[in-house]
Amino acid sequence: MLALNETWYLVLAAMIFTIGAVGLLTRKNPLVMFMCVELMLNAVNLTFVTFSKALDDIAGQAIVFFVMVVAAAEVVVGLGIIVAIMRRRQGADADDISLMRG
Amino acid sequence: MRVEMFTFLLTAAICLGGSLGVVLLRNPVHNALSLVATLFGVAVLFIQQGAYFLAAIQVIVYAGAIVILFLFVIMLLGVDRAEGFDREPILGQRPAAVAAGVAILGLSLTALLSVGARVTGQASTLAAIDGTEPNINALAKVLFTDYVFAFEITSVLLTVAVVGAVVLSRKAGPAIDLAEFPDGTTAALMQAKHEAAFEELESEPEAEAALNTEDETPEGEAEITEEALR
Amino acid sequence: MNLIWLIPCLPLLGFFVLLLAGRKLGDPGAGWWATGVVAASFLVVVKVFFDLLALPAEDRSLTQTLFTWIPSGSFKVSIGFLADPLSILMCLFITGIGALIHLYSIGYMKGDEKFSKFFLYLNLFLASMLLLVLGDNLLLTFLGWEGVGTCSYLLISFWHTDPANASAGKKAFVTNRIGDFGFMLGTFLVWVTVGSINYADIRPAAPMIAAGTATAIALLFFLGAVGKSAQLPLSVWLPDAMAGPTPVSALIHAATMVTAGVYLITRLNPIMAQAGWANDVIAWTGAITALVAASIAIAQTDIKKVLAYSTVSQLGYMFLAVGTQNYVAGIFHMVTHAFFKALLFLGSGSVIMAMSHEQDMRKFGNLRKYLPVTFATFMIGWLAISGIPPLAGFWSKDEVLAGAFNSGPAGPVLWFIGLLVALMTAFYMTRVVIMTFFGSEKWRLTDAPHEAVESADVETSELVTATVAVAAHVDGHDDHHGLSPDHTPQESHWTMTAPLVILAALSIFGGAINLPFGSDFKHLERWLEPTLVFQHELPPVPVLVLLAFAAIAVACLGIFMAYWVYSKHKIAAEKIERPVLAHAWYIDETYAKVAGGPGEAGFQGVADFDGTVVDGAVNGVGVGVLALGNRLRPVQSGLVRSYALGISIGGALLLAFIVTRMNL
Repeated sequence: MLALNETWYLVLAAMIFTIGAVGLLTRKNPLVMFMCVELMLNAVNLTFVTFSKALDDIAGQAIVFFVMVVAAAEVVVGLGIIVAIMRRRQGADADDISLMRG
Repeated sequence: MRVEMFTFLLTAAICLGGSLGVVLLRNPVHNALSLVATLFGVAVLFIQQGAYFLAAIQVIVYAGAIVILFLFVIMLLGVDRAEGFDREPILGQRPAAVAAGVAILGLSLTALLSVGARVTGQASTLAAIDGTEPNINALAKVLFTDYVFAFEITSVLLTVAVVGAVVLSRKAGPAIDLAEFPDGTTAALMQAKHEAAFEELESEPEAEAALNTEDETPEGEAEITEEALR
Repeated sequence: MNLIWLIPCLPLLGFFVLLLAGRKLGDPGAGWWATGVVAASFLVVVKVFFDLLALPAEDRSLTQTLFTWIPSGSFKVSIGFLADPLSILMCLFITGIGALIHLYSIGYMKGDEKFSKFFLYLNLFLASMLLLVLGDNLLLTFLGWEGVGTCSYLLISFWHTDPANASAGKKAFVTNRIGDFGFMLGTFLVWVTVGSINYADIRPAAPMIAAGTATAIALLFFLGAVGKSAQLPLSVWLPDAMAGPTPVSALIHAATMVTAGVYLITRLNPIMAQAGWANDVIAWTGAITALVAASIAIAQTDIKKVLAYSTVSQLGYMFLAVGTQNYVAGIFHMVTHAFFKALLFLGSGSVIMAMSHEQDMRKFGNLRKYLPVTFATFMIGWLAISGIPPLAGFWSKDEVLAGAFNSGPAGPVLWFIGLLVALMTAFYMTRVVIMTFFGSEKWRLTDAPHEAVESADVETSELVTATVAVAAHVDGHDDHHGLSPDHTPQESHWTMTAPLVILAALSIFGGAINLPFGSDFKHLERWLEPTLVFQHELPPVPVLVLLAFAAIAVACLGIFMAYWVYSKHKIAAEKIERPVLAHAWYIDETYAKVAGGPGEAGFQGVADFDGTVVDGAVNGVGVGVLALGNRLRPVQSGLVRSYALGISIGGALLLAFIVTRMNL
């Protein structure tokens, strides 16, 4: 058990993912929420790389490559949206945007 | 073996500390810096598992570009003021969030740490990580043969993302009256009209001042007539 | 070459041509066209009849399926025709008498402004009736059943500008509808029990139906027959139906439509054989209806009403026969009754025309001097219905009564009731003959009694007054028809007298189809045998002879009693013609009171229940959905974080499912 096998990494990734999830649900500042999303993505990347090493398959790392590209694109667009909305009113947070209310 | 374990534990501490910092700290700049710490820790873990290329990419792209973007936006919007932590407008959000988090973590740990747990996937036969070949070569080989379609699509995705960002952050210009632009109008004419409109906006304060002086004359005329009457 | 489909389709063609070009054909072109079409149908029936005769007795049935009407899973109904002995026999006299009555109507309806419309309805009626008897499944029979009901309604209220006629039509339709409810339920029960509504499938499956179910089916179909054939308690519509023109009364309410109930019971005789005490219900209903109707007919002053009640009474005989499972006698009486009742109705129509549409017999008298052909033929009809041998009525009535006599422990009682009815039949028919054709010419007297019957003092709703008014004013015309004291009646046109002569001949010789002198003479019985599962055995010959003599004696007694009262005036007529009989035992008034008072309250209650409970439930569902939607709406708050919470809770649940359910 004390040998460093892949389980340790997976447990760590699970913890980071959970912390990111709780943070996303709890924080109101949209930028901080975005950062929590990045945390979760990183946890997933760690999981993929761990399995890539354990299964001796390079495809896991290719997936991580794509995840990073997509995360970058997502951050660009997401921050653009946040800028576009937050410019109008200062001190707005995620709870003020409820136009999609039913 | 000991060195690896020690490295791992230290790096894990950094990652966890950074994650907690992202979630718990109040100042958004502090959150961003904690995120950087986490990203560095994850990069170290990548190296420890032999994904050298990805570790480099992680530092360059994630920590070097994305977090910088975050910091730019924080500075631009001035959201460095702390958000209100005491109020939680949505009823039961916090307890439910904590419960969900605990559930996810607990279940994942149950899955991972149970006695019979083992990695069940099939080891690859085609894309095996060959110890002799450098990591970047192996990755490139896979990317440009098996996953080349996804590779090309992601390049399109990046272009689209850039275009989207530009569109989203543009300021709205004056409304175009389509009647002024019947079919066949050249681009130059449109450009000239645009510039004329902009110039008008800029010269507005002078125009206002001109208007103000003009306003005085009717009053002057009224005085003259009054005097004439007397 | 299977020509069966032509039989109902020719009158249908006649209907369509008249629909499009009736007015152009005009008077009398439309009438000749309609008659020709029906006569052509009769010829086709004769051909199919001979085709059937050529086949050996067990195989005597021809079928023809046109197309599938309702292909709905296991419920498959096709438009198909079944020409077996029973249906072809019915078609023979339906088309034959129908053609004769069409010919008669050319003369009767002459000068009427809706001349072509009359023949339009008559053709549609014949098409429906033929569909009724030729259909090879219960649904087609029901289609024809409803069709004849509709045409009856249209024809009864033919002169609908008089509201009394319109009411009579409505009354007929509504009363029939009550019976139709029984028919429909019976059909559903047959479908559920047997799995098919084809007659060909019902016959082999019938012995396996449980006795209780068969009884229920029998009673339900009998309810339909009670409505259509005007038995008690649904007999109230037939006397009022005399508001229609006389050919309508002759065709629909004497010869054809009202016999549909008897046909239905006969057609379903495999089920009746399993139905136990339902047959007794049928027999007793028939007997009692016959008795009550005959008693009412004694006191009627309108010649058509007498004949109407007489029809109800004779239909009672037919149901008595089928109730004692003596189907051959029932059909035999149906055929002979068609002959002589149509004859009597047409004869009365001739009299009415001659007397300028006057229908009150108290204004007739000594018409034999003026209307010789009508008189001669009417006399023949009178002898036939009274049951005087050797005319047709005697043979058929005698067979009915004989079959009733040995039909079980209550047989002699039924026979005795039938004998009483025969007595009363002879009595009232002789009364009609004497009042109409003999005696003094009462219309020449200036103080002839007014025909309006005073409405009894029954107050209450308009329903009651309308019913009673219809009962009083059934002749359909105004009171004064220009029957002046110096009016000279004239014999009718040949188009009206020729059918009378033909029907008279049939009434004389019609008994030959089933004489009881040995099996060689029992043509009808041998003809109908393949369609019947069970046929009641008549009593042995010595008993038959005794019963026959009793019937003849009773008929003569009845004739003599009428002669004594109405010709010799030895007993005052008022002693016999009681008001209770003249008012038909106040049946109409009772119905009106029940339906108007507690009935209406009950119906209003049901309507209210429907409005509040049923509608409330349906609307309530809508309102409930709206309310639920309103309650659920706050879930969609538009806040990203609560959505994210939902997603994470779902993710946690999924994870829990995987961890617990899947073997890790």
